[in-house]
Amino acid sequence: MSEQNEVVIDNQLVRNRANERYKEGFYTDIESVTIPPGLNEETIRLISAKKKEPEWLLEYRLNAYREWLKMPTPDWAKLKVPEIDFQAISYYSSPKTKAENAPKSLDEVDPKILETYEKLGVPLHERERLAGVAVDAVFDSVSVGTTFRKELAEAGVIFCSFSEAVQDHPELVREHLGTVVPPRDNYFAALNAAVFSDGSFVYIPKDTRCPMELSTYFRINANHTGQFERTLIIAEPGSHVSYLEGCTAPMRDENQLHAAVVELIAKDEANIKYSTVQNWYPGDEDGKGGIYNFVTKRGNCAGKNSKISWTQVETGSAITWKYPSCILRGDNSSGEFYSVALTNNYQQADTGTKMIHLGKNTKSTIISKGISVGKSQNSYRGLVRVAKRADHAKNFTQCDSLLIGKECGAHTFPYTESANMTAQVEHEATTSKISEDQMNYCLQRGIPEEEAISLIVDGFCKQVFKELPMEFAVEAKALLDVSLEGAIG
Amino acid sequence: MLEIKNIHAKAGDKDILKNLNLTVKPGEVHAIMGPNGSGKSTLGNLLAGMPHVQATEGSVSFKGKDLLELEPEERAGEGVFLAFQYPVEIPGVNNMYFLRTAYNAQRKYRGQDGIDSAGFMRMVKDKIKQLHMKDDLLKRPVNVGFSGGEKKRNEVFQMAVLEPTLAILDETDSGLDIDALKIVADGVNQLRSEDRSFIIITHYQRLLDYIEPDYVHVLADGEIVKSGTKKLALELEEQGYGWLDV
Repeated sequence: MSEQNEVVIDNQLVRNRANERYKEGFYTDIESVTIPPGLNEETIRLISAKKKEPEWLLEYRLNAYREWLKMPTPDWAKLKVPEIDFQAISYYSSPKTKAENAPKSLDEVDPKILETYEKLGVPLHERERLAGVAVDAVFDSVSVGTTFRKELAEAGVIFCSFSEAVQDHPELVREHLGTVVPPRDNYFAALNAAVFSDGSFVYIPKDTRCPMELSTYFRINANHTGQFERTLIIAEPGSHVSYLEGCTAPMRDENQLHAAVVELIAKDEANIKYSTVQNWYPGDEDGKGGIYNFVTKRGNCAGKNSKISWTQVETGSAITWKYPSCILRGDNSSGEFYSVALTNNYQQADTGTKMIHLGKNTKSTIISKGISVGKSQNSYRGLVRVAKRADHAKNFTQCDSLLIGKECGAHTFPYTESANMTAQVEHEATTSKISEDQMNYCLQRGIPEEEAISLIVDGFCKQVFKELPMEFAVEAKALLDVSLEGAIG
Repeated sequence: MLEIKNIHAKAGDKDILKNLNLTVKPGEVHAIMGPNGSGKSTLGNLLAGMPHVQATEGSVSFKGKDLLELEPEERAGEGVFLAFQYPVEIPGVNNMYFLRTAYNAQRKYRGQDGIDSAGFMRMVKDKIKQLHMKDDLLKRPVNVGFSGGEKKRNEVFQMAVLEPTLAILDETDSGLDIDALKIVADGVNQLRSEDRSFIIITHYQRLLDYIEPDYVHVLADGEIVKSGTKKLALELEEQGYGWLDV
C-alpha cells in the first residue's frame, strides 16, 4: 500500500467563515498524508508500522480487530444511526511535517497548524497560553505538540502523546492499556483498539499534585477521515490531576466518525478530575453532516479513598453515544458524573453514566441536565450497580430535562441493580419546559427573548458548570448560547 | 405621561376590560381598587405587555409613544415596571446576576453603556441598605425558596434598582404581615419623585395607610366606576364594594 498525498484546494474556509453559527467549522488547507479508505488487517499493520510500534501492540490491535469483526452493531440506544460504511473511512491522516517523525518542539510544527489552534482559541505557544494550562494538540490522527513539557517533567509528571508514550514508556502503557476498557468491551471500543492513532498519555507519580491543568484539544480536519484517539491517565497513590478535553471539526455535508476510548486509573487516595467540552460539528439545520461520536470513557477507582469525577458539556455531534463511567473498586472510593447535554435541530444524544459499586462505603453522585431544542432527541441512560460485598454503598442521581419548543424529546432510562441490602440509592428526575411565566418575568424586566432563554438555561445548568475549571465554565456558557441560537422561532 | 383611552381588552379569550379611561401625570400615585375579578390585574398585565392580555379597542400612550405597539422588553426599556402578584422562580440564576442582566439590557435599549459587575455591586448594596433589606437576597437564586413576603420585597428591590418611570404594583400587599407591608410601603415611598408615577393595584385599603395615593379609582366589571381621593378608599373600607351598586 502506498502513501498518497492529498492536497485539497477548497474555498470552504471562506464559506464557513460566513457562517458564524459554528465558528470552529473552518478547514485548514494543509498538506496531509492520508491513507486510502478501507479497513482490513493490512490497514492495521500499516498504522502500526507508521508508528513504529512494538510487536505486542500490533498483536493487541489485530486481536481487537478480530473481535470487532464478530461483534454486532449495538442497537439498544435511543438513536437512529444510519449504517456506517467502515470501508469508506480513512483510518489515518496526519499533517505532513518536514521532520521525519513527530515534531520535537513547537518550532517544527507547521505554522498553519499553530494558526488553526490559535483561531480555535488554543494558542500552543506557551508565552501566549492560558495561564497554567498545558496542552496536547491532536490534529486528525496525530499529536502535533504538547506544551509545558519541561515544567511538568520537573514535577515528574509525564504528559505526552500516546504514540510517544508507546516509544518512551512502553512498560507503563503495556501494564495499563485495556485494563479499564478491554478491547472486547463493546463494538466501538473494539474498533478503537484496532485502529487508534493517537491521543494523550498522562502519568502522575506518587503523592504528586499536578502543577497545572492538563488539556487535550482534538481537531478533526481532513475529510473522509475518522478520528480514533486513545487517552490513558494513570494516577499513582496520593496523586492529583485535573484534565480538560475540547473537540471541534470543520463543517461538512458528510458524516464523520469519532470513536474514542478514555481510560482512567486512580490508585489509593488518588484523585482524577476529567472535564470535557465537546463541540464537534453538529450538522446543519436540516440534519445534514455532523460527527458521529461513539465514545467509551471509563475510570477505575482502583485504590481505597480514590476519586474520579467526570464533568461533560456536550453541545456538538450529530449523534452522541457516550457513558463516562466509574468502577468503584477501592473501599471508600467515590465517583461523580456531572453532565450537560444540549441537542438542537436534528441532533441525537444518548448519554449518561454507569457507577459500578464494588468496594465498601463507595459513593457516587450523578447530576445530569439534558436540554432539547428544535427537533432533537436527548436521552439520559444510567446504570447504578451495587455488588454484593459493597456494604453501605451510596448513590444519588438527579436527572433534569428541559424542553424548548414542541418538536423535541427528552427521555430518561435509569437502571438500578442492587445486590446489597445496606445500599442507599436515590433517584430524582424532573422534566420541565421554560415556562411562559419565566419568560414573561424576564421580558418585563427588559431582557430580550434570546437572552432570557440563555439566562434560564444557564441557571438550569448551574450545578454542572460550577464543577468546571474557570476558563472552561466561561467557554461552556458561551457554547450553550451559540447552540441555543434559533431556539425560538 | 400615561394616557389610557377607551380600552377594551381580553385575557385569554375572555373580555375583561370595557371602555377603560385613565390619565396618569408624572409624579402621581394612582390606586386601583375593586373586587376580585374586576380586571385590576388585567390592567397591569396589559400595560406591561404580557402576551395573554390583548387590547381589542382603544389606545394607550406612554410618554407620547403608542405603548401597545411595543414589545414587553421595549416597554421595560421605556421605563414600565410591573411588580408581579406572583413573582416567578428562576432556579440557578442568582438575583444579582439576573438584575444586572436586566439593568444592562434596559441601558442597551436606551443606547447607554452597560455597567460592570463591580460598579453594579456597589450600587445595589447601597439600594438594599436604603430599603432595610438583607444582603443575602442578592446571592440567592431569583425567588427560589423565598417566602411570600420575601418575593414581594424582592419585587420592590428590583424596582428600586431599575428605577422605572411608571411602576405598577399588582397586589404587592396581599399576603404580607404588617412588618413586611411597612418595608414594602417604605420602599415605594422612597422611590416617589416628581418624574416617577405609580399605579397601585390593591384589594384592601390597608396599603394606602402607608402609601398615600393622589387618586383612588374603583374598577368594577372592567371599567372605572368611581374616582376620587384617598377618602374614597376609606369609604370603601367601611362600606365594602356593595354600595357602589355594581
